[in-house]
Amino acid sequence: MSTTRLTSETAPADRAGAPRRGTLPRRSLKRQFSKENITKVLFVVPAALYILLFFGYPVVKNIVMSLQDYTTKTFFTGEAPWVGIENYVTVISSNLFWPSLINTALFTIGSIAGQFVIGLALAAFFKRRFPLNNFLRSMLLLPWLLPLIVASATWRSILDQDSGILNRFLGTLGIEAVPWLTDPSVALTAVILVNIWIGIPFNVTILYGGLQDIPDELYEAGALDGATGWKAFWHITWPNLRPVVSVVLLLGVVYTLKVLDIILGLTNGGPANATQTLAIRSYQESFVNFEFGVGAAFSNILILISLLFAIIYLRANRRQVDE
Amino acid sequence: MTIAPVVLPQHAAARRRQKENTRSAGYTVLGIVFLGIMLFPVYWMINASLQPSGNTLTADIFPFNPSFAGYEKAIADQGQNLVTSLLISLGTVALSLAIAAPAAYALAQFRFRWINVALLAIIISQMIPGIVIANALYAAYNDIGLLNSIPGLILADASHAIPFAILIMRAFMIGIPPSIVEAARVDGAGLVRAFVSIVVPISRNSIITAGLFAFLFSWSDFLFALTLTTTEEVRPVTLGIYQYLGTQVSNWSAVMATAVLSSIPAIVLLILAQKYIAAGATGGAVK
Repeated sequence: MSTTRLTSETAPADRAGAPRRGTLPRRSLKRQFSKENITKVLFVVPAALYILLFFGYPVVKNIVMSLQDYTTKTFFTGEAPWVGIENYVTVISSNLFWPSLINTALFTIGSIAGQFVIGLALAAFFKRRFPLNNFLRSMLLLPWLLPLIVASATWRSILDQDSGILNRFLGTLGIEAVPWLTDPSVALTAVILVNIWIGIPFNVTILYGGLQDIPDELYEAGALDGATGWKAFWHITWPNLRPVVSVVLLLGVVYTLKVLDIILGLTNGGPANATQTLAIRSYQESFVNFEFGVGAAFSNILILISLLFAIIYLRANRRQVDE
Repeated sequence: MTIAPVVLPQHAAARRRQKENTRSAGYTVLGIVFLGIMLFPVYWMINASLQPSGNTLTADIFPFNPSFAGYEKAIADQGQNLVTSLLISLGTVALSLAIAAPAAYALAQFRFRWINVALLAIIISQMIPGIVIANALYAAYNDIGLLNSIPGLILADASHAIPFAILIMRAFMIGIPPSIVEAARVDGAGLVRAFVSIVVPISRNSIITAGLFAFLFSWSDFLFALTLTTTEEVRPVTLGIYQYLGTQVSNWSAVMATAVLSSIPAIVLLILAQKYIAAGATGGAVK
């Protein structure tokens, strides 16, 4: 960039005293430059417009909506009276706010912890060399690639209390049938288990990549000092894997916070609101109760939490780049 | 027998190799067991879809008497929805690549001053919850008449794909030596022609990866299908399954048959385009 600027600045000075015929090529050169710059900008204009319209506008619109009495009536009359922070007061004082906030936290922490621990164990397993390794590892991606609603439907049949295969299997072990999706005290656990299943492949893939990047020489040197097995893991693997771990965890958090499909497909937020999360609340206020203002307030709280983690993520990311 | 002394060391090596082979075969078996556990729900979905009775939850472990009644009902009820999903997904691929590929190239090779700001905006846009977009789009689509339309869903579904596609293609295009493009420019090709005839062919693999994921993201979309349609006219299959779950839970074989049909793209791409899928799975997250 600096070279371009230099030439375009010095060129006129050089040519200031030049004979007339020199002006013509200069002008066309200049025109070519600006034409080229316009073309360059045109490469990004569609993407910039799209991001403004489909990400920027919704964020702004949600903030505006959350300060309005925005309901079905608005679509007929076009009127959405300003109500200030009333929607936020409604949200925070609603019976479901704290339970859904706690459920969001439990759902996110439980899912991430499970996905990460199992994912890391499987990634470490696949680091060994054996026949079919690559094939098995890539087939493992399947649960992650299926539409979430397909996963929900399948698990709903597996978890069915009376005749689902899981309870039939547990029955052969002498364990009583568990009302996975119908009892408020276990429904959240069941939803978390399904989400862990969906997230494992992603964790395995990224963590496997991280493990592969740790040079073998480190382990060889460590083995000479007696660091093998768990010792090698704590002193060699973990410190070297940390940048990848932070990315996986924070991406996981940001993606889990906004999960909607799995819960809607499995429990619809029930039974007795046991699986309500902030994302589900936002959806139901807007699209079931048609209280778009309240729904927008819920989703803004969700954005705020995501943003908090996004900042942590970007910082971790920057630190990783610096290293 | 007489040459035993010569053979012995070979024997030892062979034994050691055999021991290693046994161990790695053991790992393979263990790996198959892990994969079997992870993929059991997928197997169960296929098994349940082939069970004869409507109430397949009492299904056998294996479809000994496979019945295609579930598939007949699924295709009768959801065939149109599958076609709708296919059209939307293909449209999303085309739109996403058309928008993302030039932008990825520009962010990789042109020296804009605000590149870091643009990249930050793309990363943040990936983190915006879909429900926020749906909330705003419902009102906007209602005003401009895009509710219940395939173009409306294509535009919305592209939000799953475009940021990802830009990042993954840019990661590749950043490695293209500028000299290749400059050589073509010297020969008189304009920026656009150089992009189409040189950059695109070179970047084919990353474009295919971005396209495959755009397809899968759009095919899997449930949120926009749920919020931006209000009639049965345009109904992606994901929403069809959701409606089934509400009304047809007694007819599990039809629900599971629809689930199997909706899984075909993921299964086919995972087997036929493994290389691209693996590239997308790692590339998308780490940047």
